[in-house]
Amino acid sequence: MIKRTNYLSKRYDVPDGHTIGAYEKDGGYKQARRAMKMAPEEIVNETKAANLRGRGGAGFPMGVKWSFMPAKGDKPHYLVVNADEGEPGTFKDRTLMELDPHSTIEGCIIACRAIHANVAYIYVRDELHFAKAQLWTAIDEAKAKGYLGDKPFGVDYPVEVYGHSGAGAYICGEETALLNSIEGRRGEPRLKPPFPAQAGVFGMPTTVNNLESIASVPTIMEIGGDAFSKLSSLHEIRDGGCRLFGVSGHVNTPGVFECAVGLTLRELVYDLGGGVKGGELLGVIPGGSSTPILLPDELVDAPEKGDPLNAWHGKSVLDVPMGVDTMRGVGTMLGTCCAIVLSDKACPVLAMHNLMRFYRHESCGQCTPCREGNGWIERILDRIVAAEGTLEDLDRLHEIAGTVMGNTLCAFGEGSAMPALGFLLKFRPAFEQYIETGGKSSTRRLAL
Amino acid sequence: MSFALSAERDTKLRDILARYPNKMAACIPTLHLAQEQNGWISEEVVSWVARTLDLSTAHVFGVATFYSLFNKEPVGKHQIWVCRTLSCGLSGSDGIMKRCEKRLGIKCGQTTPDGKVTLRTAECLASCGSGPMMQVDRTYHENLTPEKVDSILEGLLGGDDNDG
Repeated sequence: MIKRTNYLSKRYDVPDGHTIGAYEKDGGYKQARRAMKMAPEEIVNETKAANLRGRGGAGFPMGVKWSFMPAKGDKPHYLVVNADEGEPGTFKDRTLMELDPHSTIEGCIIACRAIHANVAYIYVRDELHFAKAQLWTAIDEAKAKGYLGDKPFGVDYPVEVYGHSGAGAYICGEETALLNSIEGRRGEPRLKPPFPAQAGVFGMPTTVNNLESIASVPTIMEIGGDAFSKLSSLHEIRDGGCRLFGVSGHVNTPGVFECAVGLTLRELVYDLGGGVKGGELLGVIPGGSSTPILLPDELVDAPEKGDPLNAWHGKSVLDVPMGVDTMRGVGTMLGTCCAIVLSDKACPVLAMHNLMRFYRHESCGQCTPCREGNGWIERILDRIVAAEGTLEDLDRLHEIAGTVMGNTLCAFGEGSAMPALGFLLKFRPAFEQYIETGGKSSTRRLAL
Repeated sequence: MSFALSAERDTKLRDILARYPNKMAACIPTLHLAQEQNGWISEEVVSWVARTLDLSTAHVFGVATFYSLFNKEPVGKHQIWVCRTLSCGLSGSDGIMKRCEKRLGIKCGQTTPDGKVTLRTAECLASCGSGPMMQVDRTYHENLTPEKVDSILEGLLGGDDNDG
């Protein structure tokens, strides 16, 4: 169901909407002011009630994550905001930073209070120079107003927010790699446990949240956790609120749209995205390239009465509301909620090749199955694309992806193997024909 | 030749160091400052960063070589990255790269003989709804057409030299 909301993107079209003046005119920083006088547990409970599933891709409930932070002891606590937006197809956090950076900063103040932290680091990928400039300026504005510093809003609870640039590494979007990167190390993921709440940045208790999650915090505090959760049609299965949906690729009107959770892929592609450009729908990658592709003729298989997807049994997967658990139920993931649309003019062999090149390039190299496996997958696909592949290669690709899966330190292994297996399984006939005809069966292109 | 940061950047560095509980955390920001001034991370830069932050040169070298945006060799005055990942691929990034190669007379990965422009690909730059796109130095150019590419490149090649 399309239910457009206007909490996160309210100032996107307002001239100077990124300034503190515009933000405060809409009631900005009132919630941070209030939160500074609240007990941390109260804020955590409000956030738990919001049922906000982490917007970075893993979908972990934010309030629950906050509650993992230990009680205040001698150790400093940290908030780390993940704005290393780099999952192919994902371009939503960038809009928040560029067009309305103050919601993030207000969210940082509230979150710091909730998790007993006095310092927040916002880790932004280096390439987003304009987003960084907007965010850094906003930090300065908030500091000048006395909302950050030793006594925010006159309360004796110091909060500092610092920006930190990455340097070009997709893996730093993985939370423990990001922590290593802030510490001045190679961005290689850490073994978990310990989880960041026990030993995060500088070995101290740390909460890592996606930037959109943090930017949603002022709204949660303003309308209340329960009301926030109930914006969503998936409120009952604890997937609450509104969020930013993105759509790109072969659609007529690509972009970022704020809606209540519960939107379907069909609505995202055909209504918000303006429909498929240049042909019929071949498939849609629902939430960033690591989420397995869905095809329009796939049907929901949930005959059991107790299954949360039972109401959609027999319907197209495109008509299922996009939620963390519902997308898992149809064999993919919600991920970042930014879809990539492929029309039937695009060749699925080339699409998979494009993505596997990405994963080979971005593997940090720490774990052998990922480092070698993704390289091997790309080399085999190079051969297939060049019409030198064999049918045995397809089985080999399956086998390699299966070996990468579950055998790596971080989720990158699954993140590359799952989409690979998705393409191989769902486009098996197209791959076979490509190999048998030396590529003549293919459109041999991605672009229209 | 030894390396040292300009006075202005040195002030920035002091400000950065104050943000972290230890010096190592300033490693990436310091490498950025040094590259901004030097254009690339030379051995002299690595030694200087190591000395400044009390780190081993091996550590700094390890960090510098991990991240793709630290140049391990000199690059052109201007840098172009054409995004090639799926959304941009579906929007025609291959054509944009070909146009750049033709106009600049170099292949992807090379620098023009006059040292003005280095041309490279990038993996997803979070501009998926406005592809094809390329980053030129610090600026994103989105919804590209061959004509737009031509005019951007003309600006770079013909531009005066005081914008460094």
